[in-house]
Amino acid sequence: MATTLTREQTRTRVKPAVIDGDIHNDLPSPQALLPFLPAEWRDYHARFGTFGYSATAYPRINPNAARHDAWPPGGGNPGSSLTFMREQLLDAWNIEYGILNCLIGAGARRLDQSAAVAQAINEWQVATWLDPEPRLRASLVVPYEDGQLAAAEIDRAARDRRFVQVLLIARTAEPLGRRKYWPLYEAAVRNDLPIGIHFGGSGGFPFTGAGRPSYYIEDHAGMAQAFQSQVVSLVCEGVFEQFPTLKIVMIEGGFAWLPPLMWRLDAAYGRLRAETPHLKRLPSEYIREHFWITTQPMEEPTKPAQFHQLLDQLGMSDRLIFATDYPHWDFDAPDQAFPVRLDPDLERRIMADNAKGLYKF
Amino acid sequence: MTATATDRLAQIVAQGVIDADLNVVVPSSADLFPYLPEYWREQINQTGFKGPGESSYPASAETSARPEAKPDGGPAGSSLALLQQQALDPWGTEIGILTCAYAVEAIHNPDAAVAMASAVNDWLIAEWLDKEPRLRASIVVPSQQPELAAREIDRVGGHPGFVQVYLPVRAEAPYGNRRYLPLLDAAVRNDLVVGIGFGGSPPNPPTPSGWPSYYMEEWAGMASIFQSQLMNLIFEGVFDRFPALRVTLIESGFTWLPSLLWRWNKEWKGLRPQTPWVRRLPSEYVHEHVRLTTQPWDAPPVEAQFLQIIDQLGSDELLLFSTDYPHWQYDTPEEALPPAGLPDALIAKIMRDNARTFYRL
Amino acid sequence: MPKHVVATVEEIPPGGRKVVEIAGRSIGVFNLGGDYFALRNRCPHQGGPLCLGKQSGFIHSPLPGEYEYSRQGEILKCPWHSWEFDIRTGQSWFDPARVRVRQYDVTVAPAQALLDREAPAPGLEPGPYVAETYPVTVEQQYIVIDLPG
Repeated sequence: MATTLTREQTRTRVKPAVIDGDIHNDLPSPQALLPFLPAEWRDYHARFGTFGYSATAYPRINPNAARHDAWPPGGGNPGSSLTFMREQLLDAWNIEYGILNCLIGAGARRLDQSAAVAQAINEWQVATWLDPEPRLRASLVVPYEDGQLAAAEIDRAARDRRFVQVLLIARTAEPLGRRKYWPLYEAAVRNDLPIGIHFGGSGGFPFTGAGRPSYYIEDHAGMAQAFQSQVVSLVCEGVFEQFPTLKIVMIEGGFAWLPPLMWRLDAAYGRLRAETPHLKRLPSEYIREHFWITTQPMEEPTKPAQFHQLLDQLGMSDRLIFATDYPHWDFDAPDQAFPVRLDPDLERRIMADNAKGLYKF
Repeated sequence: MTATATDRLAQIVAQGVIDADLNVVVPSSADLFPYLPEYWREQINQTGFKGPGESSYPASAETSARPEAKPDGGPAGSSLALLQQQALDPWGTEIGILTCAYAVEAIHNPDAAVAMASAVNDWLIAEWLDKEPRLRASIVVPSQQPELAAREIDRVGGHPGFVQVYLPVRAEAPYGNRRYLPLLDAAVRNDLVVGIGFGGSPPNPPTPSGWPSYYMEEWAGMASIFQSQLMNLIFEGVFDRFPALRVTLIESGFTWLPSLLWRWNKEWKGLRPQTPWVRRLPSEYVHEHVRLTTQPWDAPPVEAQFLQIIDQLGSDELLLFSTDYPHWQYDTPEEALPPAGLPDALIAKIMRDNARTFYRL
Repeated sequence: MPKHVVATVEEIPPGGRKVVEIAGRSIGVFNLGGDYFALRNRCPHQGGPLCLGKQSGFIHSPLPGEYEYSRQGEILKCPWHSWEFDIRTGQSWFDPARVRVRQYDVTVAPAQALLDREAPAPGLEPGPYVAETYPVTVEQQYIVIDLPG
């Protein structure tokens, strides 16, 4: 097969194989989803689309948050052309496996519609991405604001083991440790799938705990705060006591904020443990056992050597998974992203082995 | 407690200490009667209105009160005698800065909010500043009504005991938002520091994903709200508009600061055209305009990592020693000292000189 | 110092650009109001194809809420992380002294020098478009890049 031959050549010629933990595929147009929707939803969806929460409008960086060079020459949205994705990402960087995180919304307020859209997206992913391209795997899109419906979609679709993860989002309608999400976690565990929590979303609240910010940079860089809230909630609610084999992957949130959060949570637990008797261990122990983190957007310390200090403080080098975030503007290039030269063994783990272990490639 | 640690404490204390965070609590609305107009006394007597409801510090939570700090018949932080005995005298504190997290921002009625804030400020003068020359205080303002807050700042800002305007970190809109310009302008006009402190009672939840279940989540998650506020102050350009503005983050923790500054510096390089008034690295604004109190440390378990974090702050002027009395952040005073591995000159800056310079004490 | 013919002047009108490959290097050639500039098509940050980025104006603000816009089209933004570079100098906006993109000298050469196969201009080498393939006329002008060895 021509594709395979090209890959082999690329691999032996230049670059070591990379596993990319975060790639975004998109519909070429909204209408492309309609054939995959159950008939009873097609007309409604075409007429109304989906309802989210209060609009948040300000100039962002680029249309579709895309790299300016990622619009397919043949037309369509960035990430909508497999051919161009092969050329610009999979072949160019020798991606051995790439995980698709489709961000077409399944967090709409009409929960039944969310479920129908999620199922349609998953079937579209199989037909359009997973079947034609053996290097791709995908996250399951689920109607995450309804734990039962999400669990049903996981049970339905997870039989196709090319779905390697369940996709949630960093800003939700309730903190993710709350019990309404537990059926979803139960289904993920039952189907032996990690939960990926990806940058973005809106649960209808201001993007910060101090109200609405004014600028895109606060929304974008502020995702680190959204992730912190979710880690705090998942730990404090006792989700990992309830689901001891649950695995969480935080995608596109950065990772330098995690060590200070672990220190703070451990301090909080030290004083306030009477409030959370369901917790049996230090928060940092739950975190180091249950969490994985993708590297993009890469941390760029003031002095490059501080990156080593960060890895030491994090103590999770076996949990870091490289990601490009293709085709988005804050893309990390596999051979350029790290601010320091890593030990070759560590580099191999972050670039491929950690993901292989987690996703069982 | 080892003899060495005790000796070290004695040496440091002997050189003089400024405590940048002492917390006082209004025991009850009745204590404010001498400072309230008759109309509001009657409203309180006849309607059951008692001022702000819920506090960000549950009265008996371990984090709110050291075991020995509760006076007979009142909440921790309501007794000057205990504060003198337990916080000022043992540390040989030269100057201690009071904050009062009296949540006037929770009072919807703007006139009630102003009346209660004014009463608290007059109570602070009469019951604390007039009685104890070592104390300075922070002005309580109805921050949800910035024009009225500015008026209150002008009313009492000339009193030599007030060195700061207190704003709760949780807010309906972040403090860089232009609606707060009158408030910030008044702080600068009166040569006062703006102190942003733990807690607050705005209408919006403390996380971008809604309301958490446990106080431990609120406590641990508060750090991320400080992060959002700081980010907003920088990118809204308040330090460009008010070059003399000084901001202290109180009880914010600080180990999160270096890695967050990396992120903001990184993103600013590409996104700065949307906030073009920000003409320098975000970290430079922090170094020039922002200070942080030391408790809670939120320190890593390994001292070497703690020293790394303090080095990564990139300035020896940022940290202000605090006991955070009567909040229970440490067991022995030695634990509240900066790590022994720091140079003596830096320890002296943290314990005293940074606050003296920043607050012009 | 080898010179490479990369385009006719008509190919890169004012406001236009062309990305060319010379000796294994990708280079963007820009025309700003009749002045030509050549920049390495590689961002010093993460190696993104800088010269495929958007061109914008220079935005300055003396105070929050005030925008001073000038030099339309003279700032090049990396298509990945949007770092801004001054096309005229190759300097980045945020750290002009230390972060900059490699610039190359650009000149406009008359056709006559290229038409004379027997005696080409000293040091002039054909670029990705071999000079002979152009429908050249004596009136024609060519854009030439100096590429240091």
